[in-house]
Amino acid sequence: MSDATYPARRTLEALLAPLLALMAASALFSVFLLVQGQSPLDFLDLTWRGAFGSWFSWQNTLQRAAPLLLTALCVALPGQLGLVVIGGEAAVVLGGLAATVVALPFVQMGPVIVLPVMALAGMAMGGLWIGLTGYLRARLGVNETIASLVLAYIGLAIFNHLVEGVFRDPASLNKPSTYGIGDDNMLGSIPFLEVHPGIPVGIAACILCWVLIYRTSLGFAGRVAGGNTKAAQLQGLPVARLAVGACVLGGACAGLAGGIEVAAEYGRANASLAAGYGYTGILIAFLARFNPLAIVPMAVLLGGLGAAGGLLQRRMGLPDATVQVLQGMILVAILASETFYGRVRWFQPRGAA
Amino acid sequence: MTSRSGLSRRTVVSTLGLGSFAASSLLPTAPAQAKDTTVGFIYVGPKDDYGYNQAHAEAAAVLKKMPGVKIVEEEKVPETDDVSKTMESMIKLDGASLLFPTSFGYFDPYMLKMAAKYKDVQFRHCGGLWTKDKHPMNTGSYFGYIGMGQYLNGIAAAYATKTKKIGFIAAKPIPQVLINVNSFALGAKSVDPSITTTVIFTGEWSMPVKEAEASNSLADQGIDVITCHVDGPKVIMETAERRGIFACGYHADQHKLAPKGYLTGAEWNWITVYKQFIADAQAGKAPGNFVRGGLAEGFVKMSAYGPGLSAAGRKNVDAVKAEIMKGGFSVFKGPLKDNKGNMVVPAGKALPETAVELESLSYLVEGVKGSTS
Repeated sequence: MSDATYPARRTLEALLAPLLALMAASALFSVFLLVQGQSPLDFLDLTWRGAFGSWFSWQNTLQRAAPLLLTALCVALPGQLGLVVIGGEAAVVLGGLAATVVALPFVQMGPVIVLPVMALAGMAMGGLWIGLTGYLRARLGVNETIASLVLAYIGLAIFNHLVEGVFRDPASLNKPSTYGIGDDNMLGSIPFLEVHPGIPVGIAACILCWVLIYRTSLGFAGRVAGGNTKAAQLQGLPVARLAVGACVLGGACAGLAGGIEVAAEYGRANASLAAGYGYTGILIAFLARFNPLAIVPMAVLLGGLGAAGGLLQRRMGLPDATVQVLQGMILVAILASETFYGRVRWFQPRGAA
Repeated sequence: MTSRSGLSRRTVVSTLGLGSFAASSLLPTAPAQAKDTTVGFIYVGPKDDYGYNQAHAEAAAVLKKMPGVKIVEEEKVPETDDVSKTMESMIKLDGASLLFPTSFGYFDPYMLKMAAKYKDVQFRHCGGLWTKDKHPMNTGSYFGYIGMGQYLNGIAAAYATKTKKIGFIAAKPIPQVLINVNSFALGAKSVDPSITTTVIFTGEWSMPVKEAEASNSLADQGIDVITCHVDGPKVIMETAERRGIFACGYHADQHKLAPKGYLTGAEWNWITVYKQFIADAQAGKAPGNFVRGGLAEGFVKMSAYGPGLSAAGRKNVDAVKAEIMKGGFSVFKGPLKDNKGNMVVPAGKALPETAVELESLSYLVEGVKGSTS
């Protein structure tokens, strides 16, 4: 009656598909390199050394992956409900700005007060911003992809206006910034490992979101709503509220990413926050097929490619765009691998007679 | 592929393979190579942006041909902690002993953090923020006063304009940019006081879409000469050429982008600085900590004149340039009012390009249409 090994086979299928896609992308990219007169073996060797070959390389990789874990959740959570939200960038910068500005009155009280305040403010701001997209979708039927994209431009403009206007520290002449939270209140890297503090937070958030989606009735309701809105409505599920909730939660993750970047790296909000984390998060969420646990390896993979990119430029004289070409090939291959699911009989449920 | 620090399996394997017959020939060259000074250049944008980054990369390309110097470069490194990792990677994996992080936002906190961690590596930053007693001695800054280049651009623009309206596309209303806007306007007014300069701020250092929009909008308003201060002026020059108006360059030579309309341009001449720094490093001295200069010191140069600039215009630009080269020239001379009517430089006062007042300049001079906020 029951198919005992089906869950294991299903997991294997989910692991094999992206792995094969990765190999296909590498093969394609090797051809691209050969056409350029470069050696794919050198490329592989340098990528390995730049991304994972030493503890320094790992630190480099993980640091780049840290904000991506959270910004990918900003896409993956609404994605579970069938919403394609691509405006996480604004949630990151506005979250970082809110975290800084709200924390400023508390800087004398030490990091025990400042850091939680920053986290809450960043999450609230990010949640509000992406929540707005969810609201427009749920109540007014506005396409959430367009809404979030346009709101991202508006958010960045508001950010620039505020940082270069009312919140500007007059001493920051040529790089407009807000006042700083002070070195004493900064979030240090993990002792001994020297790893970006966003890594444990991001991984914890991914695990929590996975539990929420796959192990709670709320998450189940969300997935039902994402799978078939009509059916969910017939079941009496609050589809609109679920959609807004997923957007708020996703936005809160991205806002937290902004807050952590300020607390760990800059100490103040300025244009450095708009580094494209929100956009790379979209890529990762799609690579992970919106599964929060799969976000972790995908973020590390892309973080590693970013980390190795510099070494590739310096040693092989390749332009920065080379890594983008590889990223593009990986994305296309993994998206194409979606069609692999269900094609091979062996992975399918059997003996259900 | 060369690797001197860090052994990988590949290098070990290849060395073993060669070792049996080539060890004797490899050994003598090794110490000579070890004396090479490895210098790292870090750019915030692409090396071929026809702008800020290209100006540095062109100098780096000249250095590459110098003996005893090995240049490593990395482009499109954002002003985030990514740049710390790039610096660290150049130090650890490439053995760099002198680093040039060329973008303004790299300085604080990234370069300062790395300088504290790697005390025997020299860091020189382009932007001009180094302060004695505040910043480590293995760091420093260099920058050029390019305002007078924009002043000369303004003179050239004044000879080319028929509508007496010229335009400036600027990134952000910060002091360095405002000095250029004002210098351009004052240069034009020195020829004809009735000329107005319209300024548009795009808000971003690199935002080609907005830059193209701004160029078109200026051309639509009847403005017939434009210049700019953004990281990559490429799209502005191309748009100006397409609209049939004149353009003055900035950062690097852009005459190829606007063969008909390019009048002249204010360019960086970083090779002057870099050659000095590297000579110091090779002599075992610490390079200068605070290095600045303008046209007269060879830190800045002007592009060759384009066909749109009349003989009279060329003569005037040449004459003022000769005056500047003598030293002691001032663009900001009293009495000078801002565009709201406030007196900003009193009569009888003249600010040289090195004046500290200019470092916090926040106004637009009379004759400039636009607002800083």
